[in-house]
Amino acid sequence: MFEEKIKSIKGSAIPLKGDDIDTDQIVPARFLKEITFEKMGEYLFCDARIDDKGNHKSHPLNDKKYEEASFLIVGKNFGCGSSREHAPQAVKRYGIKAIIGESFAEIFAGNCKSLGVPTITVTKEEVDMLLKHTENHPETIYMLDLDNKVLKFSFNSISIQVPEEFRIAFIDGTWNATALLAANSDKVKETVSSLPYINNFQ
Amino acid sequence: MSKRTLYDKVWAKHKVATLPTGHDQLFIGLQYVHEVTSPPAFAGLREKGTKISYPERTFATVDHVIPTDDTSRPFKDKQAELMLSTLEKNVKDFDVTFFSPSSGKQGVVHIIGPEMGLTQPGMTIVCGDSHTCTHGAFGSLAFGIGTSEVQMVMETQTLAMKPFKVRQVNVKGPLKKGVCAKDIILKIIQLLGVKGGLGYAYEFTGTTIENLSMEDRLTICNMSIEAGARIGYINPDDTTFEYLRGREYAPKGEAFERAVEYWKSIASDKDAEYDDIVNIDANDIEPMVTWGITPGQVIGINENMPLINDLPEEDIKSAKEAYAYMKLEEGSPIKGVPVDVVFIGACTNGKLSDLKAAAEILDGKKVSKNIRLLVVPGSMKVKAEAEAEGLDRIFKAAGAEWREAGCSMCLAMNPDKLEGDQISASTSNRNFIGRQGSPSGRTLLLGPAMAAAAAVKGSIADAREFLA
Repeated sequence: MFEEKIKSIKGSAIPLKGDDIDTDQIVPARFLKEITFEKMGEYLFCDARIDDKGNHKSHPLNDKKYEEASFLIVGKNFGCGSSREHAPQAVKRYGIKAIIGESFAEIFAGNCKSLGVPTITVTKEEVDMLLKHTENHPETIYMLDLDNKVLKFSFNSISIQVPEEFRIAFIDGTWNATALLAANSDKVKETVSSLPYINNFQ
Repeated sequence: MSKRTLYDKVWAKHKVATLPTGHDQLFIGLQYVHEVTSPPAFAGLREKGTKISYPERTFATVDHVIPTDDTSRPFKDKQAELMLSTLEKNVKDFDVTFFSPSSGKQGVVHIIGPEMGLTQPGMTIVCGDSHTCTHGAFGSLAFGIGTSEVQMVMETQTLAMKPFKVRQVNVKGPLKKGVCAKDIILKIIQLLGVKGGLGYAYEFTGTTIENLSMEDRLTICNMSIEAGARIGYINPDDTTFEYLRGREYAPKGEAFERAVEYWKSIASDKDAEYDDIVNIDANDIEPMVTWGITPGQVIGINENMPLINDLPEEDIKSAKEAYAYMKLEEGSPIKGVPVDVVFIGACTNGKLSDLKAAAEILDGKKVSKNIRLLVVPGSMKVKAEAEAEGLDRIFKAAGAEWREAGCSMCLAMNPDKLEGDQISASTSNRNFIGRQGSPSGRTLLLGPAMAAAAAVKGSIADAREFLA
């Protein structure tokens, strides 16, 4: 019941400047009224990409040179706001396989992990460098190595941060934890029997 | 590492195992479900041919998409109708208790859980909604999760979690007149930042917090997530116990006394150790208003919006973006900024005490010309109680729209939306770009009395001037 093992990811990147990019920007609430995640990829950053009249605005996701990228490079506190999984679903369904940034909101990062999309942290200086490098050389192929915790590109190599629990879950293919959790159902029963509120203190 | 805090005690009681990944497997005592973040989780259960493992610990309602004017079925919005009918089918198929509009118990999930006595101290509580931290006001560990995790909890009643650090946020002293719970939490966010809480559970404590009512404590914990903290909690005390006594789902009779013993036992010990402690003087807190596009871009009512050059380097980019989007001028006062719409409601400020605070300002006054004032009770129960006290008459006489219960214009997934670049004074919790339903709509966050004052004045005003 385990998922695909994610040890390395290879591909080009989209540079997305700005801090505190919240989940309402990633997928505006009006697109949450769908009962499946199927079309979320189309809605990624919709309001920043398309104006009231349906015209494309200047946005890296509208830029042909960043098409078919595997990485999204972002600033700090990316994904703050709502717990809506529509946001990481949109990122994943758009085709992004990992996000590299200065920091991530916690619920967002946890949701990404459950979907097998690593959220990788590097320093502010490194984010700035990656944004600039990608803008100047959009063809750059990045190689994320989760085994060795490095990001390699164009003869460079920088060390990356990722919570160790997340890293192991990606490498072992247990990023959707359901199978691991379900294996402990007897232990769950023990915990339940020790909690006085389960039977409303009767 | 923190020791002997409420967080440490409740976490330990709910820890099932350490997983091979190093995560803790945590038992979840209560899962709340709403129509927006649950459909793929239920679909996932169907696909696997599996059931909810503890359906009796799962409670659902409809709040995000429900219209607050005409709630007759089918809803005019076909997508909203599909969302609700999907939920209705799901709760039936999976044996989940559903607080539907016809039950008279429907409302914003973070308002009805507490008011029915479901949310209790010492529990772990989740919902596919980031404002689940609200329930921490009772001394529970409550946090928002994504839809994949909603399904995991449905299947196993557990989650894989990384432990948190604990920061004690200690607010001391009496509040100045006219300063409310919303101002306290906005001040905390101003001081500690919107990402200051990453990795932390916030324990709100100190005499100021201890003297707050349960409803005010809910407002504080509600916006923990805006401070970056996935969990915020307040140690349970007599205020908590008295609030719970007699509520529908609270323990009864002798069981209640046993519950109180347990609830007392999980509060942080006097000699508890914290990863960090922050002290705030309540005397430094003024009525607060946001001026930007994150809840951390906030100032006191009598302050001027910051000059970009006075800001720390790391805040400049965001401030420039905020001023451009908000069409506000750096260095000018927040007081007097004209507004188009006033929204009083949401899980932050849609409780009875919030509506009373707003009604106190609006009593005998009229909403300013060209201002649209929406008052949206947080639950059907709040609505009934407000009407029993005659608050609805005050609102209507002032020219407000008195609505049915729901999330409404907080995130505008129903027909209550800003239009174009309208600017709202809103008691909700987020001022993000496009949050209130228009891609160019603008939001100023503030407390309920301040929102009411803005409605009367037609611009941002100091509510204290209305309370002579």
